[in-house]
Amino acid sequence: MTINPDQPISFSPMHRLQWEEAQQKFVILYPEGMVELNQSSAEILQLCDGSRLLGQIVADLEAKFATAGLTNDITNFLNVALQNGWIRQA
Amino acid sequence: MAGSDKLNITPPRWLLAELSYKCPLQCPYCSNPLDYAKYPHELSTDDWKRVLSQARRMGAVQLGFSGGEPLTRQDLSELVRYARELGYYSNLITSGYGLTEERIIELKQAGLDHIQVSIQASTQELNDHLAGTTTYQHKQEVAKLVKKHGYPMVLCVVIHRQNIHQMPQILEMAENLGADYLELANTQYYGWAHLNRDALLPTREQFEKAEKIAQAFKEKVAGKMKIYYVVPDFHEDRPKACMNGWGTTFLTIAPDGTALPCHSARELPGLDCPNVNDFSIEQIWNESKAFNFFRGTDWMQEPCRSCDEKHKDFGGCRCQAYLFNNDMYSTDPVCSKSPERHRIDAAIASAREASLAETEKPLVFRNSKNSKQLF
Ligand code: SF4
Ligand code: SF4
Repeated sequence: MTINPDQPISFSPMHRLQWEEAQQKFVILYPEGMVELNQSSAEILQLCDGSRLLGQIVADLEAKFATAGLTNDITNFLNVALQNGWIRQA
Repeated sequence: MAGSDKLNITPPRWLLAELSYKCPLQCPYCSNPLDYAKYPHELSTDDWKRVLSQARRMGAVQLGFSGGEPLTRQDLSELVRYARELGYYSNLITSGYGLTEERIIELKQAGLDHIQVSIQASTQELNDHLAGTTTYQHKQEVAKLVKKHGYPMVLCVVIHRQNIHQMPQILEMAENLGADYLELANTQYYGWAHLNRDALLPTREQFEKAEKIAQAFKEKVAGKMKIYYVVPDFHEDRPKACMNGWGTTFLTIAPDGTALPCHSARELPGLDCPNVNDFSIEQIWNESKAFNFFRGTDWMQEPCRSCDEKHKDFGGCRCQAYLFNNDMYSTDPVCSKSPERHRIDAAIASAREASLAETEKPLVFRNSKNSKQLF
């Protein structure tokens, strides 16, 4: 299972992405579990709202952090996220 | 209350709210204390709201509504709604008894995140026998409705000698019902399960066979269904890292408001488990005697004290040490390094003998009559 660049990416309705004040970080919640996210992972996942393709997520984040060359890192992370069921495509 | 400033206390992450000991089922492996009938008092709605707020402020985020049967509380939806507003991820741990489609919808609207339905076996006959109630058909219905209304569906089957031979059928049932998560919980021998151990503990051969089947199934459904396999530690040579370490992660509140570091802690002597009506969650978590009792490693005896695995399993389960060795500070007898390991082996042998006996000892079902008779 890998990301299809031609399909928008949305966050899984079976999981919840949420900011945790006590931990000062974003977490993913699901039955019997919780994953703590680092800042970059959280930035990426917040853009998985069903309206963007992979390329747009990369472009948005490169613009936001005034940098380039994020394609590989973001694609790798999203593949992991897809395999874990955190995100889905159509 | 004893203070503890040398330990680095982590805040609670999981809150288990045991709303009521009332339950229409009578599972002979129920983890509720044997003397639950002694504690009929239940916290009020406002008490529970206060508990939820205080624990959330400290950082608790995973919330389980359990019991007994949490559906027996009329204020369940109100508590679910309140929990959602606070940002909890909430789970209803239910037998499914009394769960109608209407209530499933109402709970969803209130913000419930998932429902964990327990089924006792893969056949009506065995399910209804173990539950002590006619529930099989209804449970199947409930499982389908949970799915229909967009909840992640978590199916829980407690495994023991009376149903372990059904492992292939149980897996098939989970697949047919479209479970997203399947919890195969090998019985943990506390409470009623401890009492019925001779009739419940599988033999090593049964356990190994069932595990192999479950393992193969896990690979087959990878990506579709997630399997949580709770090991039966009797057949292992290291104990479980009980509660992820005492007072590090889990907070259980019993129906009467007693705060417990693990759900069996009530049976340990001299802990003086505090009540939420007398102290705040913060005081209970940080300062109470009970929650500090087995924090860290200073309390350990040999062989744990000088063992290089003590940060991995924290010396195992205190309740198991107490039940078997009558010494809650001792090494969990499951550990092969424990001088008391023979007690576990004797329990396994005794259960095997019982399984071969012509007439098996009858199961003692979990109900108020038996609870009162036992004490
Ligand atoms: S284990 Fe069975 S008897 Fe005990 S609370 Fe759950 S459903 Fe009720
Ligand atoms: S001796 Fe104690 S710490 Fe070492 S493995 Fe056994 S239970 Fe764990």
